[in-house]
Amino acid sequence: MAEIKCVELCKTYRQGDAIIKALDHVSLDIEQGAFICLSGPSGSGKTTLLNMIGGLDALDSGEISIDGQRVDLLEKGALADLRLHHIGFVFQSYNLIPVLSARENVEFVMQVQGVPAAERRRKSMAILEEVGLKDMEGRRPSQLSGGQQQRVAVARAIVSQPKLVLADEPTANLDSVSAKHLMELFVELNQNHRVTFLISTHDERVMRYAQRLVRMRDGKVVSDEIQISD
Amino acid sequence: MATGHGLSLTAVSQLSWRNLWRNQRRTIIMLLAIAVGVWAMIFMTALMRGMVDQMIEDGIDALPGYVQLHHPDYRDDPNVENSLPPPGPELLVALGSPPVEAWARRVKVPAMASSERNNRAVMLLGVDPQPEIAVGFDPSSIVAGRFLEGPNDPGLVVGRKLLERLETDLGKRIVIMSQGPNNSIADRGFRIVGVFEGKLSAQEENLVYAAIGTTQELLGMGEQISEIAVKGGDYRDASALYAWVEQAAGGQYEVLPWTKLDTYLGLMLGVMDGFVLVWVVVIFMALSFGLVNTLMMAVFERVREFGLMQALGMKPASILYQVLLEALMLLTLGLLLGNVMAVASIMPLRDGIDLSIVAEGIEMMGASSTLYPALKPKDLVMANTVVIVLGILTSLLPAWRASRYRPVEAIAKT
Repeated sequence: MAEIKCVELCKTYRQGDAIIKALDHVSLDIEQGAFICLSGPSGSGKTTLLNMIGGLDALDSGEISIDGQRVDLLEKGALADLRLHHIGFVFQSYNLIPVLSARENVEFVMQVQGVPAAERRRKSMAILEEVGLKDMEGRRPSQLSGGQQQRVAVARAIVSQPKLVLADEPTANLDSVSAKHLMELFVELNQNHRVTFLISTHDERVMRYAQRLVRMRDGKVVSDEIQISD
Repeated sequence: MATGHGLSLTAVSQLSWRNLWRNQRRTIIMLLAIAVGVWAMIFMTALMRGMVDQMIEDGIDALPGYVQLHHPDYRDDPNVENSLPPPGPELLVALGSPPVEAWARRVKVPAMASSERNNRAVMLLGVDPQPEIAVGFDPSSIVAGRFLEGPNDPGLVVGRKLLERLETDLGKRIVIMSQGPNNSIADRGFRIVGVFEGKLSAQEENLVYAAIGTTQELLGMGEQISEIAVKGGDYRDASALYAWVEQAAGGQYEVLPWTKLDTYLGLMLGVMDGFVLVWVVVIFMALSFGLVNTLMMAVFERVREFGLMQALGMKPASILYQVLLEALMLLTLGLLLGNVMAVASIMPLRDGIDLSIVAEGIEMMGASSTLYPALKPKDLVMANTVVIVLGILTSLLPAWRASRYRPVEAIAKT
């Protein structure tokens, strides 16, 4: 069963007098448990595609369905529920809540979901241990390095075991060691927990981890290749 | 307890509280602004309330009584022809029972007071001294000599200013001339036995007190009187006393509460509550600009966070709720501080503020020269309610703005 089905997605933005085609008739099927990288230069439409699949932005035309449910037809509240219960986001620039500690940031999604406090604490401590930040649970984002913040963001994205993780340039602000650790964590989650990953990147090191590499340019899919791992 | 959007009240409160203190300097400045505004609302209201209460109480003492009974034509033409017979048995029973606390018979007619050097138009009051004291005359206002000692005392008590105007003195004789029955002229020489100092300069200049029996004899009116003054209960609500006296009086008398006898005083009492509300709202309006600005700044600084929270599944209503809670915390802290400041600055002034340096101007308004701030629970409740209710309404705009950002645009903000 195709977990995500994108059909003829179109999205244009107006920039002054110019109209920019961010997505130009993009169609894509993503299998459950896939590990896919979207690559392409800046402005190729990678982030826009992630935002559309995550219900963060509205399409001009086309259809997106996740497990058969039409995302593009959902109301704001239903989209919020979809993101809350089924999708984990990892953004390029960490995007942690500055007034919350590392553990509280990880717990945030579970809090919104209404998970009981004891369970939240147990799960958040377990995931922080998994990302190597158990001893930093009480630190605020400003007291963490860029790599540590990104690992907290990843922990938050996966702690409630979403079916899908959408990661937008997750290694863009990381050094090579941190980037390697992060990608290994993604692979481990993908292989052991069957979490589907859709990662936008133009980092060649990240692309090497992908089972499937989708290249985009000017809002179009220009190639879609299965990669054989080394 | 859940907020209805997944995030518990505790979690939202924690977020709001921590966000409130993100920019400590800004929060402290806004807190001080709210506290000073609330202090001004309560302190100035207490001063105004104290001044108005004093004006009303002094005015009622000068009337005197909370309810008066007259001949129906007396107020249009206060002469001896429009006088009343002494109260009958039924009225006497009513005047001796609660809610009546005190009552006094009085003769009150316009007269001319003449000394050997000068003469002045005055209001001649024929009073029975003990009941008169019970309904409002303050014996401590006698600054020279004595007050009248009985219903047939032959002496006269005048105000300090009238004494100056007539260029006479305690112990000297002056002539009081008024109109008797059938347009006859009635006059008599009185020895000044006492000088009083009125709370209002007009009282000192216009009123002369004589014993009621002596006055009735002067005017040839037998046992007739001009008015009955009745006091009892709280002057702010004289309706029960008025109804009681009116029912006992029957149709023979014109019965009026003090609010009708002195419409200016009645109006003062009526407009004070409205004035307090207007005053509180005006100060709040000045405050609200600061409040909206502070919250707007706090919202604009956190656009990305609001976008992130929505991206993670938080509903817009929950974000609105979070910002409103932040405003509520700021308002509550400011109110607490402002109330403490107000009470702390009013309590030391309970014994009165001496305004004698500007007494002339204040007395023109009918107020006395010592101001007693009056801190009323209802004024505190009004100030606090206005700040909380209008504060939350004012905060709706920034909170609504925060909840309306589209996640994808908000996250992209730098």
